[in-house]
Amino acid sequence: MATTLEEKSRSITSVDQDTLVRVENIKKYFPIKGGILKHTIGHVKAVDDVSLAIKKGETLGVVGESGSGKSTLGRMIIRLLAPTEGKIYFDNQDITNLSNEKLRNYRRDMQIVFQDPFASLNSKMSVGQLIEEPLLIQTNLSKVERKEKAISMLEKVGLRADDRAKYPHEFSGGQRQRISIARALAISPKFVIGDEPVSALDVSIQAQVLNLMADLQDELNLTYLFIAHDLSVVKHISDRVAVMYLGRIAEIAPKEAIYDNPLHPYTQALLSSVPITDIDHKREKIILKGDLPSPSDPPSGCAFRTRCPMAHDRCKVDRPELLEKKNGHFVACHLYDR
Amino acid sequence: MTNPAVLSVEDLKTYFYLENSNIAKAVDRVNFSIHPGETVALVGESGSGKSITSLSIMQLIDKPGKIVNGSIQLEGRELVQLSNRKMTKIRGKEVGMIFQEPMTALNPVYTIGNQIIEVLRKHKKISKKDARKQAIELLKTVGFPRAEATMKEYPHQLSGGMRQRVMIAIAISCEPKLLIADEPTTALDVTIQAQILDLINEMKKKFNMAVLLITHDLGVVAEYADRVLVMYGGQIVEQGTKRQLFKSAKHPYTNGLLESLPSLDQSSDRLGTIKGTVPAADNFPEGCRFSTRCPHVMEKCIKTNPDILSDDSGHGVRCFLYEEEEK
Repeated sequence: MATTLEEKSRSITSVDQDTLVRVENIKKYFPIKGGILKHTIGHVKAVDDVSLAIKKGETLGVVGESGSGKSTLGRMIIRLLAPTEGKIYFDNQDITNLSNEKLRNYRRDMQIVFQDPFASLNSKMSVGQLIEEPLLIQTNLSKVERKEKAISMLEKVGLRADDRAKYPHEFSGGQRQRISIARALAISPKFVIGDEPVSALDVSIQAQVLNLMADLQDELNLTYLFIAHDLSVVKHISDRVAVMYLGRIAEIAPKEAIYDNPLHPYTQALLSSVPITDIDHKREKIILKGDLPSPSDPPSGCAFRTRCPMAHDRCKVDRPELLEKKNGHFVACHLYDR
Repeated sequence: MTNPAVLSVEDLKTYFYLENSNIAKAVDRVNFSIHPGETVALVGESGSGKSITSLSIMQLIDKPGKIVNGSIQLEGRELVQLSNRKMTKIRGKEVGMIFQEPMTALNPVYTIGNQIIEVLRKHKKISKKDARKQAIELLKTVGFPRAEATMKEYPHQLSGGMRQRVMIAIAISCEPKLLIADEPTTALDVTIQAQILDLINEMKKKFNMAVLLITHDLGVVAEYADRVLVMYGGQIVEQGTKRQLFKSAKHPYTNGLLESLPSLDQSSDRLGTIKGTVPAADNFPEGCRFSTRCPHVMEKCIKTNPDILSDDSGHGVRCFLYEEEEK
């Protein structure tokens, strides 16, 4: 059993020259404190044994409902959160236990764009200051060079040079998200995490920002981890997609395989629940019973079994491993591991 | 549609008088009606005026906002200018409401049971015991198998989807003629969204309610609405059956919206976009409200705001491109 486990994690995170980001058996348990003495009385298993690899220039989409652990995973990968267990590699270097001092060298290669551009931009800084701040910390550029860079970034994201002097409140939500992107990309990172970067935007603006992110990826050869709950958005932007449920990966595969031939019953239900605008093709909906169980007390065996229409006895006992079913198509479900 | 409309809104104007003496025409000359058993979706992006329209129907517009013109009739009864006391009897009884965020709509210090019983006893002359019985029945109807236990629970003990079920239970408790659902599933996960929208549909059929579904999600519209009103800049720019809107949309804004949606069925490299951003309500263009972003803008669009013109089937569009064709 131990060998197959090792083989499994090797196959999903196989090391090659093209890999930029790799995580192995990563876990994040948040302690729950209780009682008068604030003892730890349990753990929220936000991320529970996840392994994956992202190739250079690739976009890996991560979908899941609230509480699935997708944001925690993203934050661990760029070391905004320390993992409880597991390893993180960036450019083939183990960055799991690097000190903040040493991490700073890597920070210029890894950036994140958050969901809420109202909260993530300091309202007391001008747009110019906001974009120049990372340059000031991470580079030796002169004042004039920083200004030039800020102007070129603003133009790259579709804003104007004279917007430098303005403050975040003078912009709409979509424009603020453009500022966040300009700020993240100013120091030429290799890897960018988008944590629900378009969820707060109206659809017409969402399309503008998604197109912008795709253009910038081509132009700057960026690698993306795109976290979102909207399956259509993730399909649009991703090359591969990971579906998370209660801190674990249920299924990970190239985008076409996930959307055209989903294997995991959860992925199937998730896809069937998305309302679509094609009124002539009514799909059979798989309505899941009940709610997501609490991540502090996940079901035994397969985490999805309490809502799974296909659950059988074995699912209560054995936790299914993430195994490769077809080329690059991994699924963690007992229906497929015989 | 021979039977009379449950709700008919005529020439509604809700303006906000801002401190800088600007007037925000948040809702401007809006007309529509909803019939029993029908779901009408009001779609639009933020700032389009869809929520102000629903708040106007409920007479929940506060200063500096004011309904400056128009008529809102609920089964023939005029709601505009109705006293607050009379309106309180209509809200929750004849019109049920579900909002986006059930946590703010429910009182955190009362049990679920108390909150349902309160509504029942406010609008119906029944004993506490009967109200309790009905509350348990209602919770069972909206899908709480352990309804007795749920009665004793507080809102924070429930998940988002369950709270929204409680809101639906309260909204339908007095068998309203009209249900207003304002972004009822926007805060919920997609698997829970499907449960809640199916429940609203089921309740609509059971009580033959008219439903006004306010949403920004065109997928939700396509699956749950009968007719659609597309709002932009405080006005309805296109209206029609679901099929007319999704299969033969006319207004450049509606088309822009549909093209900007990433699709689950088809792959495309680039999404269509609508250039620019929604203008602020106190700074709408003088002519057509969409003229600043429209790919087909003409000279007269900048000066004059077109009227909404409907064909015989009721497919209406507010756009000069179709003016000749309609005549």
